[in-house]
Amino acid sequence: MLNSIDRRILRQWQFDPTLTPAELAKRAGVSLGKLGRRQARLRDEGIVQGVQAVVDWVALGYAVEVSLRVTLDKTQPRAFENFITEARDIPEVIEIQTFLGRVDVRLSVIARDMAHYQNLYRSRVLSLPHISDIEALMQVAQIKNDEVLPL
Amino acid sequence: MIDLDDIDFAILRLLSEDGTQGAGAIGRVCGLSQPAAWRRIKRLRDKRAIRGLKLRLDANKIGFGVTVFLGVKLALKGGVGLEDFERAVTAIPEVQTVEHVLGLYDYRLRVVARDLPDFERVLRRRIMTLPGAGAVEANVLLSEERLSGPIGQSRS
Repeated sequence: MLNSIDRRILRQWQFDPTLTPAELAKRAGVSLGKLGRRQARLRDEGIVQGVQAVVDWVALGYAVEVSLRVTLDKTQPRAFENFITEARDIPEVIEIQTFLGRVDVRLSVIARDMAHYQNLYRSRVLSLPHISDIEALMQVAQIKNDEVLPL
Repeated sequence: MIDLDDIDFAILRLLSEDGTQGAGAIGRVCGLSQPAAWRRIKRLRDKRAIRGLKLRLDANKIGFGVTVFLGVKLALKGGVGLEDFERAVTAIPEVQTVEHVLGLYDYRLRVVARDLPDFERVLRRRIMTLPGAGAVEANVLLSEERLSGPIGQSRS
């Protein structure tokens, strides 16, 4: 578990991952040496999984993002496995989540435009196995997307 | 929109796995000199193909054991606007993402909590009391995988 120093470091670090170690140490109020040791420990323990670049799909020409909420035919014993394995092979699927609730699986699908989306939906998504119901939410805008944890 | 070739895609793929890699390391993998790799990375940043860096944390290990996605339908009346709702919902620390969507719901929220009782507290005290909030549907996240998307042939 985290102590208060770890929390201070993580709070500043997740708020701005581009900070240099010196800036981060200053903001978190720890020495540079201590910061390095804590960061190494947080990585070793798997608490920090990495610092990743965030790709902007809109800038790359993918203007459409749709959230597809799928209910699976659970009479099929391998419905989840088969569905997810095949969904992974669609390059435009950028996220796969499974849920407890009314929705079983959710896919985030990106497309260049509506025509491209329609084509993907018909030729790739609808041919995925064991779908019993599917509904779409089209993203209009991302209002908040920092995914910062309330530490 | 920017024109990208296979090497740009490879660089994007590498950086979306580990965004701390320098131009030297990227260049070695992609067969570029350090300055050539640096120029390409700079261009990707300048053209906003890379939006920034994100620290990936294991929420479970820090004590956030529950992630719930909420579909929220607005019941707008009495002069409450979308802006009021958006301002209030983005200020809730437990709400990680807010998407305005078209379809069955108006907004999709990603909410983290320590456990189910903590989630119930967030739902009752913070979400249900939002200006304009109507019907809410909750789905508890069981598993999640993020894929590299259509940036090149090989998927990691």
